[in-house]
Amino acid sequence: MKKIKFVGLLLGLGIVLALTGCNRNENIIRVFNWGNYLDESILAEFTAQTGIRVSYSTYATNEEMHTRLTAGGGGFDLVFPTDYMVERMIREDLLLPINLENIPNIRYIDQRFRGLEFDPHNVYSVPYKWGTLGILYNTAMVEALAPGMVVDSWNILWDARFGGSIFMYYSMRDAFVAPLKLLGYSINTTNPDELFAARDLLIAQRPLIRAYLGDPIKHSMIGNEAALAMVFSGCAMFTMEFNSDLNFIVPREGTNVWFDNMVIPRGARNQAGAEAFINFLSDPEIALRNTLYTGFSTTNWATFALLPEEIRNNPVYWPSDEVIDNSETQVHVGEFTATWERAWIEVLAARP
Amino acid sequence: MLKRIFVYPYILWMFLFIAAPLLIVLWFAITDTGADGQTVFTFYHVARFFRPAFAGEPFFQRLYIVVLTRSIWIAVLTTMVCFVLGYPLAYALAKFFGHRSILLFLFLVPLWMNFLLRTYAWMTILEQNGVLNALLSLVGLPTIDILFTDTAVVLGMVYNFLPFMVFPIYSVLKDMDNSVIEAAQDLGANRVQVFFRVVLPMSVPGIISGLTMVFMPSVTSFIIPNLLGGGQFILVGNLIEQQFMRVGDWHFGSAMSAILIALILLMMGFIKLIDRQPRNKDGPAEGVLY
Repeated sequence: MKKIKFVGLLLGLGIVLALTGCNRNENIIRVFNWGNYLDESILAEFTAQTGIRVSYSTYATNEEMHTRLTAGGGGFDLVFPTDYMVERMIREDLLLPINLENIPNIRYIDQRFRGLEFDPHNVYSVPYKWGTLGILYNTAMVEALAPGMVVDSWNILWDARFGGSIFMYYSMRDAFVAPLKLLGYSINTTNPDELFAARDLLIAQRPLIRAYLGDPIKHSMIGNEAALAMVFSGCAMFTMEFNSDLNFIVPREGTNVWFDNMVIPRGARNQAGAEAFINFLSDPEIALRNTLYTGFSTTNWATFALLPEEIRNNPVYWPSDEVIDNSETQVHVGEFTATWERAWIEVLAARP
Repeated sequence: MLKRIFVYPYILWMFLFIAAPLLIVLWFAITDTGADGQTVFTFYHVARFFRPAFAGEPFFQRLYIVVLTRSIWIAVLTTMVCFVLGYPLAYALAKFFGHRSILLFLFLVPLWMNFLLRTYAWMTILEQNGVLNALLSLVGLPTIDILFTDTAVVLGMVYNFLPFMVFPIYSVLKDMDNSVIEAAQDLGANRVQVFFRVVLPMSVPGIISGLTMVFMPSVTSFIIPNLLGGGQFILVGNLIEQQFMRVGDWHFGSAMSAILIALILLMMGFIKLIDRQPRNKDGPAEGVLY
């Protein structure tokens, strides 16, 4: 009998705990963001200002975030998709319209980043950060391996002199930018022949590359582990602070100019809280801390004005109009995504 | 009556967390979502795994088969290395260091740390300008470059899964009846004979659970090949992760998982065959001690 009582007690305790857990009517928002994409010390400040707690978790790719949301494991109030993913999520009816009246700080968001093609009237998205994809290179190592070499083209990633000294970015859409641009095709191609030609270039490149990596590229490049790496401009800004040999360029063939945005997914339980957080992140001072911490370029004109001059004039942080005009923004390739995925797996499965 | 009450939670647990997930995987593997959103039964996704890219493509050159055979090879290699390293270690722990040895404790300590953290640490150790090469050049030896190779992947797996080999063998050896060994010695067996004809056959159950417990996580791992293989050695675990995390095709991901589960079951059945010798309840296999 004693044992039964004990079990009953435990069960009762469990039920009480479970119920109180549900009943705690707390003001909380669930934020799902890219890794290393904001200065996490601002989260406590947001809670202090508004009383809203932030449950913060991170992801590594747009596709991962999309899968988490659609697989029912969501329950997020705010996510940060890139341009083409915003378009896809709008098309799949995954987003809630944002009430801009709750976001007075939208006035600080630069007009050039508003009303972009993927969401022409900013019904669903508020711009967060932007940047380019390019080549991060170690000037000393490049000079040692290929004296006099000027890094200005994607084709350096296929140069045998750098064999074993190249990192590629471990993401389908981004890895394909280099071969597609080199071949003169669109980074949004839906032509199988163009895609397969790019795939064959990536397979031919396999013996030369050291690894396909995600975020650990930053650590490895700071530690002089390779001469060349395909990275985003913000990652380059971050690494260049720690290793003065590093430099970053956007290849002359053009690249992907991307825009990351704040959106509220359908199924969000605290839309007002999410809008308060969007407003908070759009505050010039907060955005300044975020951009300095992460290295990623701000979309906030008031923040830009607050930046030190050497950052404002740095072409890595703020590429020229020519670079942008020479580049493309990714769009969702629809049904053709399956062909892309197959080609990507063929690249990865190829024996180096 | 009272005792039975305590069994129900485990039955419920096993159903909820073991049987039900497997059934769900199987369900997704043999269904698909039709054009009108209806669920239809089909073996399309299972067949997709084996399908050639062009007519007449040799079986072992097909995309997914290449990855699968590579995974099995890496897992077999890992299991063999774990056995070669793990058996003597388990033997030493059981026979020479007593029951509460500090060695056993030290062996457990790394397991308190997060698995990801331990794998990340290996990246720092193995990289070109890493800890290992710094030590090598300090003593005047040539440096090595094995990060992002299959060697690094096997090393990472052996490091992480070695305890799964050692502990089952250790517990069998520890509980082995010493009088059986003494009997063998009395009957004139030398040390080599005692080991190969008494100790080793009696530790077969421990070896088998060790082999399975190392082989299974090795063949399905995707974090270790991602970090230490640098995408150079994608394994079937990576393919499945890709389908679930990036592509979002649960049907194909489940089909691959189901194929992998079937394969593991087959292999376990094969290993069990070795253990088929008739055995006394609390003694070594019959016919060993003649």
